[in-house]
Amino acid sequence: MQLMSERITRDEVAHVADLARLALSSDELDRFTTQLSDVLEHAADVEALDLSDVEPMAHPLPLVNVLRPDAIVRSVDRDAVLAEAPDVEEDQFRVPTILGDQP
Amino acid sequence: MTDSVQEWEVVIGLEVHCELNTASKLFCGCANVFGDEPNTNICPTCLGLPGSLPVVNEAAVTKAMTLGRALGCTVSNSIFARKNYFYPDMPKDYQVTQYEEPTNSDGELALGDGSIVQIERAHIEEDTGKTTHVGGDGRIHGAGHSLVDYNRAGVPLVEIVSRPVIRSARQAKTYVEELRAVVLAIDVSDARMDQGSMRVDANVSVRPVGSDELRTRSEVKNINSLRSLGLAIEYETRRHIDLYEAGESPLQQTRHWDEAAGRTRDGRSKEDADDYRYFAEPDLVPLEPTQAQIAAIDESLPPSPALRRTRLAEAVGVDPADVAIVVMRGQDQLALDAVGIGADGAKTLARIENELAVEDWSAITADALADVVTRETTGKLSATQAKHVIAGLVEAGGTVDEVVATLGIASVDSGELVGMLDALIEQHEDEWARLADGDRKLQGFFVGQIMQLTNGQADGKIVQTLIAERLR
Repeated sequence: MQLMSERITRDEVAHVADLARLALSSDELDRFTTQLSDVLEHAADVEALDLSDVEPMAHPLPLVNVLRPDAIVRSVDRDAVLAEAPDVEEDQFRVPTILGDQP
Repeated sequence: MTDSVQEWEVVIGLEVHCELNTASKLFCGCANVFGDEPNTNICPTCLGLPGSLPVVNEAAVTKAMTLGRALGCTVSNSIFARKNYFYPDMPKDYQVTQYEEPTNSDGELALGDGSIVQIERAHIEEDTGKTTHVGGDGRIHGAGHSLVDYNRAGVPLVEIVSRPVIRSARQAKTYVEELRAVVLAIDVSDARMDQGSMRVDANVSVRPVGSDELRTRSEVKNINSLRSLGLAIEYETRRHIDLYEAGESPLQQTRHWDEAAGRTRDGRSKEDADDYRYFAEPDLVPLEPTQAQIAAIDESLPPSPALRRTRLAEAVGVDPADVAIVVMRGQDQLALDAVGIGADGAKTLARIENELAVEDWSAITADALADVVTRETTGKLSATQAKHVIAGLVEAGGTVDEVVATLGIASVDSGELVGMLDALIEQHEDEWARLADGDRKLQGFFVGQIMQLTNGQADGKIVQTLIAERLR
């Protein structure tokens, strides 16, 4: 491996892949470690700039407080939605039991 | 070698989720209703279908800020964030919440017991769908599955996070009760633990007494009543202490309260915040409330339960903790009005606390209550009669005279009793003389005579006092 960058380790890439439920092969882990390091290298270039005069922004658009009134709008038809589901039982989405718990 | 016993103390932080009682969901127009048919209040947005976009419900933001201000929080400009995780209750595979810049921060709640709990933040987020596990029948190697109802997905929530300053199961319960009282007073949620519109997670750890360190905590979920909250904290406290005393350490993990077994059970190891890969929600723009909006919210806030306790306690002349129950039941205005009319404070408070412990006490007016209490304190009604009259007023309303007439209570005042006693002394001169000579048995004779004349309506204690006065 040329330039095994210090920006991100192979283990970190494996961990992130696991969180994202991606099954990566050993070759893919190597490849993405290099690619993600390049991305982070680019981010580091931006970080190196003196931005002390720039206000942090959470959104690129000059918009705030986009709100809607608290009014009920008719929802979609249940049968139409459930018809798209892989499995249905008692008008609910049927899913495999998930190991572990919700956060 | 000293064999000293290590003393431990518990450190508790609570995360209270409160569903806001808006008409529609947080980011879409689906109805926010508990108990509807499964999956009837769903749309592309709360199902996370491609191409859908969230738009924030204005009423949810106002209610969240109202709750924040009621808890003394600073309301700031805020942004939404995505919390990424895979679980079927969140169809988008992320929950929209607030992370780095929450709407409300740094508040506090004064409790009925006089303590104060600091609040770190009260942020807005969307609720998840409801999963129901359907167990296997044991034949298909214990296979089970889950059913998901997305009616609750996207319902607006405020998560109120206390600082880890709660020091006992009792204080934790008092805090949740107080929070519930605040939430109900400002009408932002129906706050029902049994229906899940108020949910409590408890972060519990222990440490040696005198230390100020924060040790590894476990987060207990699935607590659905105040009673379970107390039991779960006590169980976890014991478990942590036992682990340390056995030379082990608790893991940082989520645990589930098992109501039937009366214990907590292993959940998954708690992920680091980093594992949720929070980032600013690109589909939503920041919230920036104006000072005028915040001032209008402050203007609209009713007096806090803490203030109401102080006000009533001062009016009655007791300690604020002594009026906590009456304030929690919302009977403080009734008490203040009755005392304002001239009823005795302590007696009014006692009668409300003991006789108005009912679901619906709306029929009794402050005038009527003040009247009963005053009749009791001036001896026109006995204690027992006063209780009956209050029960009658709660049941049917009306005036004290009407209830007294209905119940057939002959209101006997001290003046009438004095007249009766005079007549009895004339009729029974010998008995009176013997009583005056110290034959105490004869007191019972005179009391009995008056009771007979009044059909048992006279207050025995008052009769005894009158007799004692005449003998002096």
